Amino acid sequence: MEVVLSQIFNGLSLGSILLLAALGLAFSFGLMKVINMAHGEFIMVGAYVTYFFQMFLAPAVLGENGAKEGWFFILSIPAAFLITGALGYVLEMTLIRRLYGLPLDTLLATWGIGLMLQQIARSYDSRNVPVTSPDWLSGGLWVSETLSLPYKRLFIIGLVILCIIGIYFYLYRSSQGRRTRAVMQNREIASALGVATRRVDVLTFALGAGLAGIAGSALTLLGQIGPQLGTGYIVDAFMVVVLGGVGSLPGTVIAAFTIGLFNTFLEMSTTATLGKVLVFVLIIAFLQWRPNGLMALRSRT
Amino acid sequence: MLSVSGLQVYYDQSCIINDVDIEVPAGQIACLMGRNGVGKTTLLKAIMGILKSRTGRIMFDGTDITRYPPHKRAQAGIGYVPQGRGIFPHLTVYENLLIGLEALTGRQRKHSQDAIEEVYSIFPVLEQMGMRVAGTLSGGQQQQLAIGRVLVRRPRLLLLDEPTEGIQPNIVQDIENVIRSLRQHKQVSILLIEQFLDFALASADYCYVMEKGHIVSSGSTQEIDTDAVKEYLSV
Repeated sequence: MEVVLSQIFNGLSLGSILLLAALGLAFSFGLMKVINMAHGEFIMVGAYVTYFFQMFLAPAVLGENGAKEGWFFILSIPAAFLITGALGYVLEMTLIRRLYGLPLDTLLATWGIGLMLQQIARSYDSRNVPVTSPDWLSGGLWVSETLSLPYKRLFIIGLVILCIIGIYFYLYRSSQGRRTRAVMQNREIASALGVATRRVDVLTFALGAGLAGIAGSALTLLGQIGPQLGTGYIVDAFMVVVLGGVGSLPGTVIAAFTIGLFNTFLEMSTTATLGKVLVFVLIIAFLQWRPNGLMALRSRT
Repeated sequence: MLSVSGLQVYYDQSCIINDVDIEVPAGQIACLMGRNGVGKTTLLKAIMGILKSRTGRIMFDGTDITRYPPHKRAQAGIGYVPQGRGIFPHLTVYENLLIGLEALTGRQRKHSQDAIEEVYSIFPVLEQMGMRVAGTLSGGQQQQLAIGRVLVRRPRLLLLDEPTEGIQPNIVQDIENVIRSLRQHKQVSILLIEQFLDFALASADYCYVMEKGHIVSSGSTQEIDTDAVKEYLSV
């Protein structure tokens, strides 16, 4: 019983990490159909923002143990959001806007941007670097004699829930979100009704990049970070968005936790590598059966 | 109100609209007729700014809007109801109407709730279905929504692309009544694409007939030679 419980928790934890990495893609790929291969590097940039906050800013302001004791980690999350968001804003204004409707060119160009960002990180320090986590996140919640849920993992689950609530209110309760959905459903008509579509495009892309930054901040809790951090997540993130149904936010959420749970349970009953292979096989089989993913959008015409 | 002169529109290398002149005076209805594929929809899209024109000039209310992007034209007071309705299928009916208000600036939005109520009184079904997702509405209801969505901001020029095409007869009647009542009150000028000659002649002040990207015949509905128009429309 306890094994099952701990595996469920691991599955949910993995799902929350996948979801955090995929949320930004749900905007750039899901809503805008831009294949952004630099998404992983946006995650990496977010991680380095937190690294600078924890390793330089916190000790400089609060003294030697600032990173462990202070709240700079929390502060670094909105900072990562804003900095990667600004990076996404600039990238959209200079490059992506010229490539709408050209998926292959977008793929190559954003991949190139990703490599450039990796190289910038590498010329700073080519090795992986550890990030000190705050003390109040070490340890775990003991739910029984032998089962403890690490605070760091609980924090990431909480963070992803906060992000989803925020995205829900933005997309479904704000006028900017309404404009965004209108443009993504029918660009021509939205502009004919008075929506400034360029503004919607650049804000949506920047928001997707910002969410990748938040994911990067969270990943510093799980281990060392490095220039290649993003490459490990980009495939999984695309997988989550495609399985969920492109353009469907609820689908993305369900897909992330489904993959997380399947992955943990299949790993437990086989090996880590075989588990991953089985997950891929299952996803491909599922997409053969339902090519539009879990939650395909439908309507009468 | 609207004055188009020497307009040319191309899809890649092929010329779809060639040297078209059209006038829609204030408070009047002009009807654009012609067979399928002669460029009527293309002309409307070019007036709205969705398609770029290669040469020519589009004047609206004394302003040259030829270089305006679509949303600026909407802000200037042009409302477009596209062929096939073009509602946002995954937004609710009410959200669709709210997008219709996007072209208004802050000060103009003060009376937008009244305008929405007004549209509800014209198309009561939109109020009843307010919270429904628009994609689940029937074709006729979607057309009412598409018209209501531009009326909420009280445009000064309406571009209607076959508003009665493929719709159940009782709603066709409703829509024709709305067009007649808009004409009676002279609040808005209308450029209408219409296949039904009888309705066009009964409601429009002026008719244009298109053929292969040209205006081949035009005249006020009283004067125009209806037999010649029928000739152009026959397949």
